[in-house]
Amino acid sequence: MALLLAEVDNGRVSRRFPETARNRIGRPKAGGIASRLAGITRQGNLQIVSVKPFSTALLTVVIATSAAADEVRLAVAANFNAPMHRIAAQFEKDSGHKLLISFGSTGKLYGQIANGAPFEALLAADSDTPARLEREGYGVLGTRFTYAIGKLVLWSANPALVDDRGDILKTRSIGHLAIANPKTAPYGAAAITAMSRLGVIGKLRPILVQGESIAQTHQFVASGAAELGFVALSQVQTEGGIGAGSAWLVPDNLYEAIRQDAILLTKGRDKPATTALLAYLRSSKAQLVIRAYGYELP
Amino acid sequence: MNSALPDLAAVWLTLKLATVVTILLLIVGTPIAWWLARTRSPLRGVVGAVVALPIILPPTVVGFYLLIAMGPHGPLGRLTESLGLGLLPFTFSGLVIASLFYSLPFVVQPIQNAFEAIGERPLEVAATLRAGPWDVFWSVAVPLARPGFVSGAILGFAHTVGEFGIVLMIGGNIPERTRVVSVQLYDHVEAMEYAQAHWLAGGMMLFSFLVLTMLYAFNPRPRKTG
Repeated sequence: MALLLAEVDNGRVSRRFPETARNRIGRPKAGGIASRLAGITRQGNLQIVSVKPFSTALLTVVIATSAAADEVRLAVAANFNAPMHRIAAQFEKDSGHKLLISFGSTGKLYGQIANGAPFEALLAADSDTPARLEREGYGVLGTRFTYAIGKLVLWSANPALVDDRGDILKTRSIGHLAIANPKTAPYGAAAITAMSRLGVIGKLRPILVQGESIAQTHQFVASGAAELGFVALSQVQTEGGIGAGSAWLVPDNLYEAIRQDAILLTKGRDKPATTALLAYLRSSKAQLVIRAYGYELP
Repeated sequence: MNSALPDLAAVWLTLKLATVVTILLLIVGTPIAWWLARTRSPLRGVVGAVVALPIILPPTVVGFYLLIAMGPHGPLGRLTESLGLGLLPFTFSGLVIASLFYSLPFVVQPIQNAFEAIGERPLEVAATLRAGPWDVFWSVAVPLARPGFVSGAILGFAHTVGEFGIVLMIGGNIPERTRVVSVQLYDHVEAMEYAQAHWLAGGMMLFSFLVLTMLYAFNPRPRKTG
């Protein structure tokens, strides 16, 4: 969020809005003030970042500088927040396009897309939702691909609590164990599978608390309100290691791989900028970032 | 039928929460409203502002700070732990305390307005008839402010039923303990179970409509006094 604003502030506005400018001039529109800059709102955990043109006067000057730049409206699963900000900054710098990203849970984003949200591509937290969007005609056929494979960790804000084998789940009595809602969040479902395969689900069920998304689950644990929680590795990994607290990387054989798929949506079908972004996600530059945040690649 | 059971549990829990909160708010809110209505203290503005704060603050902000305050490192959390009560997040008691704070203005303000509308005169008249302050309060002020109490109780109840952001932040979505209707509804929508979501949402609409109809139909207009 901050970085989007910063870039607008330091004079790069000139590269950003020509497409919009052309549209505006192409179909003459009343109303001088072409809009405000940067409306940032927070609704629940959904962030809407939008940067809109200053004024038509400025835009006329702008058109000459670069004709290819465009805006891409993107819906991104909450767990991919941190890497997406890095990738977005690089992509904007490399391509001159501008990304408008809405973060939210995959279920909510699905509901919004099915009800006419203007997103041009979705980066989901699972593979089912993109498949469903394709089936229902909201996604473009044959554009699905796995952009990241999520890793589950058992994490505590307390640096001494979690051992490197996850034995704490079996041995100690725990206050609260936070998971993401297994009905709606793939990381929550993976946590349930892992506990079942470890044979501890029966013992742990009474102390489970659910976050509505993996982001909220992380918050429960970070605040200490829940002693332990299953979160995404991407949330606790900084360059090269666990940032704070203690964690156990849950072995792959304890849960089904969390394949996070992206899909081009019908609203982005004929937009080169959107296609460029999806291609960029598969570039080595983006993949470096994705790996650094603790995801695997297909 | 099976899929309706969690919904019923959520409805029951919500009604229980709203009832407990409303009763406690009438007990806590009445003295605050009385004080705000009568005092000439310079603190009146500050206290009034604190009471009204939840009207302005987004519930997620309040919920986030409550989560931190009630957690093991927060002041409230330390207090409850030292009292041997354990931690409040993810418990029914935690929801009650959060709701008390969040619904406070909806109870205090109507009662305060009703007290203010009475004016000095009836109270002074009662005092000249040798009623003590306690007697004046119960025999004159409270009956005259009845419409304010009714509005406050109904608004407090309804607002607690409709609460979502805070419960989501500190509740932990535990069936039969913290999973209230609004959270259950949100879950249905998130899980794309739109049919069940419609039932619950429709039920809530109907409930709210009935409550408000009752409020407007049965609440007598304030009597003319003075």
